[in-house]
Amino acid sequence: GEGRGREADRGWPSPFVMRPRIALNLKGVEYEFLEEKLGVKSDLLLRSNPVHKKIPVLLHAGRPVCESLIIVQYIDDAWPSSGPSILPSDPYDCATARFWAAYLDEKWFPAMSGIARAQGEEAKKAALDQVVEGLSLLEDAFGKISKGKPFFGGDTVGFLDIALGCFLGWLRVTEKMNGMKLLDEAKVPGLAKWAERFCAHDAVKGVMPETEKLAEFAKLIMAKFKAAAPPPQ
Amino acid sequence: MAEEVILLDFWPSPFAMRVGIALREKGVEFDLREEDLSNKSPLLLKMNPVHKKVPVLVHNGKPVCESLVIVEYIDETWVRRCPLLPSDPYERACARFWADYVETKTYSAARKVWPSTGEAQEVAKKEFIECLKVLEGELGDKAYFGGERFGYVDVSLVPLYSWFYALEASANFSVAEECPKLVAWAKRCMQRESVAKSLPDQYKVYEYMLELKKKIRAQ
Repeated sequence: GEGRGREADRGWPSPFVMRPRIALNLKGVEYEFLEEKLGVKSDLLLRSNPVHKKIPVLLHAGRPVCESLIIVQYIDDAWPSSGPSILPSDPYDCATARFWAAYLDEKWFPAMSGIARAQGEEAKKAALDQVVEGLSLLEDAFGKISKGKPFFGGDTVGFLDIALGCFLGWLRVTEKMNGMKLLDEAKVPGLAKWAERFCAHDAVKGVMPETEKLAEFAKLIMAKFKAAAPPPQ
Repeated sequence: MAEEVILLDFWPSPFAMRVGIALREKGVEFDLREEDLSNKSPLLLKMNPVHKKVPVLVHNGKPVCESLVIVEYIDETWVRRCPLLPSDPYERACARFWADYVETKTYSAARKVWPSTGEAQEVAKKEFIECLKVLEGELGDKAYFGGERFGYVDVSLVPLYSWFYALEASANFSVAEECPKLVAWAKRCMQRESVAKSLPDQYKVYEYMLELKKKIRAQ
């Protein structure tokens, strides 16, 4: 069906904002991308997401949809005959994809973003260990779920590809800033190759931020964070 | 084909209660197995190696984990009775949004209330009541969160009702006073067999909480 989406978006650094953009691209849906200014929440954002006041928000025919993975599922439901199916058709495969997406958002990404904020070497190592362990679990999951196909979604980019793939930019920045390889071809070969394929995909290419730009943005954020934090006792 | 449905359960867990409600709404026969969380069964560890938590639904030998993921799975697998999620895409997104709010904001707020004391407890209590008020606002004058029919958001929230007495007693407040419409909604849900059978008695939960507090203090 035809339809236009509008996105209120603080922009390119946010992995969560990437998710609906990839989904819309997969569906071939035209959309308007409204960038929010950093540090200032627009009236439109506050009206559209009064509960959380966060991006991304998808506005479709004037109605807001919030929470990145909920938006992705909505896009799949609202444009069923455009492009490939984003969620698997089998309920068990769906549950598996949703399980891993929840793991990413509740455990894995918080651990990764915790690395930069970790106080002291021990805390940093603990956070890094969690990220590495998570990648090992995901490597295993990839093998079982993809069944030899290029993506978690099989032949096409699907829900779990989007859920994990959006974090690749930040993963690369973490590697750069800590001088270590996380997506190591020797340790997680399936994921390493999947990551290349994902980033090269037409629906992803235009919205994946460049690592250099992201690294600079990360330094800015960290400087702000350190400036705001109380001095160590 | 004979279906084998097992629910790995822990009776005070509001997460596990969600699954019990969903299965009973759908009229699915299942084998309820109580776990001793201090001595987890080999089956639990095998079926949920990542989190080692309940609830776990084992359907014909295959595990499904994470309570809301399980509820959606149940809805998509046993389609003939009592649809829990709406069919309209926008309404589905709204239902998922509110269930997520229950999960990420409300349940985590509740968890902070009973173990805390003093100033920290006051803050936790305020946050929890605020969440309930937001939910009450969303419910409005509807019978259920989805409208006329009992559904996904109701399933995600109503298990917390079994914890109301424990929370009220530990932090000295009354949910009925703060959110009368929400309590009325909970009682309406309790009239459904699926809910009445899945929620433990509030006083039992209160006693469980007291035991847990003792153990925490002893550590």
